[in-house]
Amino acid sequence: MPVVLILGATSDIGVAIAKKFAAEKYGVILASRNPEQLSPLKSDLAIRFGIDCYSCQFDAMDFGSHQNFYQSLPVKPDIAICIFGYMKDNEFVSAHPDELVRTIGTNFTGAASILNIIARDFSKRKSGTIVGISSVAGLRGRQSNYIYGSAKAGFIAYLSGLRNRLFRDQVHVLTVLPGFVNTSMTEDLQLPPLLTAQPVEVAVALYKGVSKKKNTIYVKWFWKWIMLIIKMIPEPIFKKLRL
Amino acid sequence: MKKSVSNWGNYPVIESDERFFTLKEKLNSLLKEDKQLIARGNGRCYGDAGLADQIISTVKFDKVLAFDTTNGIFECQSGLTLDKILDVIVPKGWFLPVTPGTKFISVGGAVASDIHGKNHHVDGSFSNHVMEIELILASGETIICTPELHHDLFTATCGGMGLTGIITRVKFGLKKIETAYIKQKQVKARNLDHVLELFEEYKHYTYSVAWIDCLKKGSHFGRSILILGEHASKDDLTEKQKTAPLVLPIKKQVSIPFFFPSFVLNKWSVQLFNFLYYNKNFKNEINNVVPYEPFFYPLDAILNWNRGYGRKGFVQYQFVLPLSQKDGLTAILQKISSKGLGSFLAVLKVFGKQESLISFPDEGYTLALDFPVRKGLFDFLDELDQMVLQFGGRIYLSKDARMKPEIFWKSYPHAVEFADIVRKYDPGSRFSSVQSKRLLQTK
Repeated sequence: MPVVLILGATSDIGVAIAKKFAAEKYGVILASRNPEQLSPLKSDLAIRFGIDCYSCQFDAMDFGSHQNFYQSLPVKPDIAICIFGYMKDNEFVSAHPDELVRTIGTNFTGAASILNIIARDFSKRKSGTIVGISSVAGLRGRQSNYIYGSAKAGFIAYLSGLRNRLFRDQVHVLTVLPGFVNTSMTEDLQLPPLLTAQPVEVAVALYKGVSKKKNTIYVKWFWKWIMLIIKMIPEPIFKKLRL
Repeated sequence: MKKSVSNWGNYPVIESDERFFTLKEKLNSLLKEDKQLIARGNGRCYGDAGLADQIISTVKFDKVLAFDTTNGIFECQSGLTLDKILDVIVPKGWFLPVTPGTKFISVGGAVASDIHGKNHHVDGSFSNHVMEIELILASGETIICTPELHHDLFTATCGGMGLTGIITRVKFGLKKIETAYIKQKQVKARNLDHVLELFEEYKHYTYSVAWIDCLKKGSHFGRSILILGEHASKDDLTEKQKTAPLVLPIKKQVSIPFFFPSFVLNKWSVQLFNFLYYNKNFKNEINNVVPYEPFFYPLDAILNWNRGYGRKGFVQYQFVLPLSQKDGLTAILQKISSKGLGSFLAVLKVFGKQESLISFPDEGYTLALDFPVRKGLFDFLDELDQMVLQFGGRIYLSKDARMKPEIFWKSYPHAVEFADIVRKYDPGSRFSSVQSKRLLQTK
């Protein structure tokens, strides 16, 4: 039974991805800050899909613990998926220094720190898949969301470099750019329904991306074109826009 | 953020702030905001029972917690729907102890409505098989109740429409099966008397229900098809089915993509449908073996069938009359027939004995039919209510959207006792729905 490690398994997208891989008969390791919260999902996956399921504690911001965390996993994964993220209102984050550190620390430093450890192991084993969920917000900094966006931009660059580095070791690296997703994180935002994906759509697209060894995927196809247009706006004009 | 919400009947539609949770911690923090609210599962009750200004949706609280495959005991979070449960239990040789005509309801909803099924005369209602309920009270306290522990809370929660608290976890017993198939018998009945005789004749069958044409007049008044069933044993199956007796062949679902315009349903189209339905069975009796899905959930194969009634929606009217009131049943059916407002088909079932506080089933006849919302309908239903009351019957709260409070207080014999228990556990009416405000708080 191949095994998938899900970092950030209590999030709505994490749950959907865990279900998708369990349905495809993968063993699942669920990791999150509060492992007691994982116990219903753990029993659900094990009973419903008849797979092995483990849960363990992982804190993205506790960088020093990452090495130990990976060493003490019950089995080593074949696929590692990094889902966790932290997003608060940009104004609020810019006014609170600890929130800024937490936003960048979770979305970039924490992600790069744990994936770096996993990448070294996969590289040695000459196999494996690493999936990072970044964000279309990382493709161009906008005044409404640039702190979160810059961390996600860093993560996109990290994944792209990792893909380049691990190519000759037969390790596959997939970058996922979901666009708007209907989750607890976005519950209070007014999202345009046509542009918004459901967590299960992210899970299906991600699973397909892993199977087909894609480099970068957008969950909904039009985001690629929307972001292309946004990226192409010349800076002298862009800086005057309210995006 | 408010949005439009309605239940399965698409009537009424209200503006509501709907909140979701996957973790108990989130639910607890939602409950700290001091607002009136109601829990809502998959929104398959028909009327206004799951609606309120603030809705706490359990649909994401849907994990399987334990499944004892030796003794057939299942435990899950309240938002899990019956279709997902069937996917897990049927391949292991177990079945739901009681199931309604749709598998798309949540377990929490099954308890709150104390659902009944085609086997009520043999197995009772859902709550007869519930071993444990965990719920969060208005005080924020988590409490576990069983038929013995906190007995008053348990009985008021079963069929209590979510007014005692938010159901978070349910543990219940399952029924052993050998195959995923049903040995079905369909018998045509000439008229109402005939079908009631047939119910009596075949009462030893585990499952029974009749589809009745309530528009036919004269000597064929109440003509119907009685559908009976038993879980099939391995020997009943074909060689091909025997290779995987607990797995059903995959079937496609169709969906009604938009609301039908309201003129589609009229007296003539309904009569034509009923004619075709009744005459699709050429023989007077058909015996066959069918997968459990079309037997229990014929309408689930058509997703969004509720849109067939148009944008104004419909109400489903379901009442029960005591066994002694056969004439009452005839009188009510005749009134519906003469008005010509009724639905494609009505569903008739004979309930067995049940003692309960606020649950709907009672020994007697129960009839359910759909009425598309149109001018004059509610006045007509008020007249029907009076007849139901006069014959000692009552109306199913899970399908109700318009009953007058005095009908509720007069027709549910333990309504006062129920209200007292609700007040004891929720003195400030924290949990309240559009329905409970209409029915309960007006007294």
